[in-house]
Amino acid sequence: MYTQAMDIAAARGEDPAPGQVTDAGYQAEFDAKIDRGDFIEPKDWMPEAYRRTLVRQISQHAHSEIVGMLPEGNWIGRAPTLERKAILLAKVQDEGGHGLYLYAAAETLGVSRDTLVEALHAGRAKYSSIFNYPTLTWADVGVIGWLVDGAAIMNQIPLCRCSYGPYARAMIRVCREESFHQRQGYDLLLAMMSGTAAQRDMVQDAVNRWWWPALMMFGPHDAQSLNSGDSTRWGIKRITNDELRQKFVDATIPQAKLLGVTVPDPDLRWNEARGAHDVGAIDWDEFWSVVNGNGPCNQERLAARIRAWEEGAWVREAAMAHAAKSEARAAGGR
Amino acid sequence: MDRREWPLWEVFIRSRNGLDHKHCGSLHAPDARLALQSARDVYTRRQEGTSIWVVRAEHIVASDPDAKAELFDPAADKIYRHPTFYVLPDDVNHM
Amino acid sequence: MSVAIADDLRAAHVDYLLRLGDSALILGQRLSEWCGHAPVLEEDLALANVALDLIGQARLLLSHAGVLEGHGRDEDQLAFLRAEREFRNVTMVELPNGDFARTVLRNFLFTAFQREVMTGLQGSADAALAAITVKSLKETRYNLEHAAGWVVRLGDGTDESHARIQRAVDELWPYTEEWFAPDAGDEALAGAGIALCWSNTRGAWTDAVTPVLEAATLVIPAGTAFRSTGRLGVHGEHLGPLLSEMQVLQRTYPGATW
Repeated sequence: MYTQAMDIAAARGEDPAPGQVTDAGYQAEFDAKIDRGDFIEPKDWMPEAYRRTLVRQISQHAHSEIVGMLPEGNWIGRAPTLERKAILLAKVQDEGGHGLYLYAAAETLGVSRDTLVEALHAGRAKYSSIFNYPTLTWADVGVIGWLVDGAAIMNQIPLCRCSYGPYARAMIRVCREESFHQRQGYDLLLAMMSGTAAQRDMVQDAVNRWWWPALMMFGPHDAQSLNSGDSTRWGIKRITNDELRQKFVDATIPQAKLLGVTVPDPDLRWNEARGAHDVGAIDWDEFWSVVNGNGPCNQERLAARIRAWEEGAWVREAAMAHAAKSEARAAGGR
Repeated sequence: MDRREWPLWEVFIRSRNGLDHKHCGSLHAPDARLALQSARDVYTRRQEGTSIWVVRAEHIVASDPDAKAELFDPAADKIYRHPTFYVLPDDVNHM
Repeated sequence: MSVAIADDLRAAHVDYLLRLGDSALILGQRLSEWCGHAPVLEEDLALANVALDLIGQARLLLSHAGVLEGHGRDEDQLAFLRAEREFRNVTMVELPNGDFARTVLRNFLFTAFQREVMTGLQGSADAALAAITVKSLKETRYNLEHAAGWVVRLGDGTDESHARIQRAVDELWPYTEEWFAPDAGDEALAGAGIALCWSNTRGAWTDAVTPVLEAATLVIPAGTAFRSTGRLGVHGEHLGPLLSEMQVLQRTYPGATW
């Protein structure tokens, strides 16, 4: 969910030129560790560009989890059974947990969570643009689980082996929990597909709306993906956007057939020679338009996050004030 | 308004009795009581724990990675500390 | 026991379960509104956990009520296909969340009450109810501890947080009266060893909440003549909109399975 955003920042030239090394010895040791497939840990020396790339990628990943709570959260109050309500609430809560693990991983690089959150609110940091689409029916909840979480898992599994220890460990925890999300989404859709015609229509409609945005989650085509070189070398990114996208399509199409839905791509067909599906052209104009703030829900999503943060300021402050009072009392009592 | 960030706490969980507490992540909390509660809510949602420790991150004293060579390399040649160093007759080699 | 008395007792028994179950459900529904909007990420997870506990309790209690009622209604039919007047939750839990102070104060007052009731139900002659409360009591103890911590933090925090939570105390306190009003159904059930009279929990509840409110430097308001009546099925204006949101899919697509 984050790889695309990472590429974007680089494409816009926000990134500093990598390789401003001051100490050749440290650099050589770092390179050797990377080449051996060793992990880099927080207090180890690392090139500034490596650190910055990680901060950007991990924090964008964290922001995506947090903003991603909103579209599905939209349906917790309307879940059609108590069991589905509990499942959805637990799932959205998990996304919050994933955001928390990831912020914690980013913080090991010497930047505070508040700083990262402020960058999001100021529009300096990105989050996955998939969450700028609205959830219009209950079927969207299932399709997000199936397609969006499915795509996210494809992206995330390789990161469990990424070179930065805290990120890799956070991703192991995230992936362990995330597989439940995809399964519950598919389970929800299976139930609807075995229901009434109106329910089946709802599912197909949701697939039609989410299919292309889900494919866009893997980011621009490899030829346009400027930042892949360093990230690949550093083991932050191990598989290219197009490879992951292909893998996702090939895994998903049989699932769609079993479910009884079609995907809205007239050009999609099995290519016997490649042993893979050929996919129609992705509308990258739409992608960039949503990335650049013009998606259906960009404003609302960010506004909701900012509101929660600002309306919570007095709570966070009060807790600190109480802690200070308690400490002072304890010190006075000694 | 006081906008200071809540302090960072490191979380250690014992997944079941008989095992050590193991570092599993961190979180922010204004005080120890809430740190412990949040650790429970954040890191044991799937029955991952039977016991939790939380420690203010700033109270952890860590070794310097630059001192890794002098701290840890000297143990490398003390191979006689390992049981496999000693080759015994087959009859007693399970010792 | 005559048939008429047995039927009356059964109706009171179902009502009793619905009062507990509906209160848990409606508060769970309210708390889940916080998901994604809490003051800090850690609290997002905490409030969701409380909501999940409450929804879980509601499922067990409503299922049991449905079985006892004997009309073949399951937890979902009870939750999604009853009209407002059939809900038996206490009025306090249906009120809008308001700010974080009001949210945690309500959790505190209500879970303290739940704890007293559940403790008294551990030995119920209704074995299913007793088993439900044994499980729920553990959750409730934790949730109470979490809420109590926040009441103290906010009450003894900044001037603003103190003012906010004192206002919440002033607004919510009158709704606690409903919990302790005498009730003929409760008394009949208590006589049969099935239930605990809610009105008998007042002393223990007061003893539990008072020290926390004092530590939080909060003032308990004087009593008023106000009485809410949600547990009798006569609610305030907020339950209707809550139910129309919660029930929308089941109402719009009758006969669909989800």
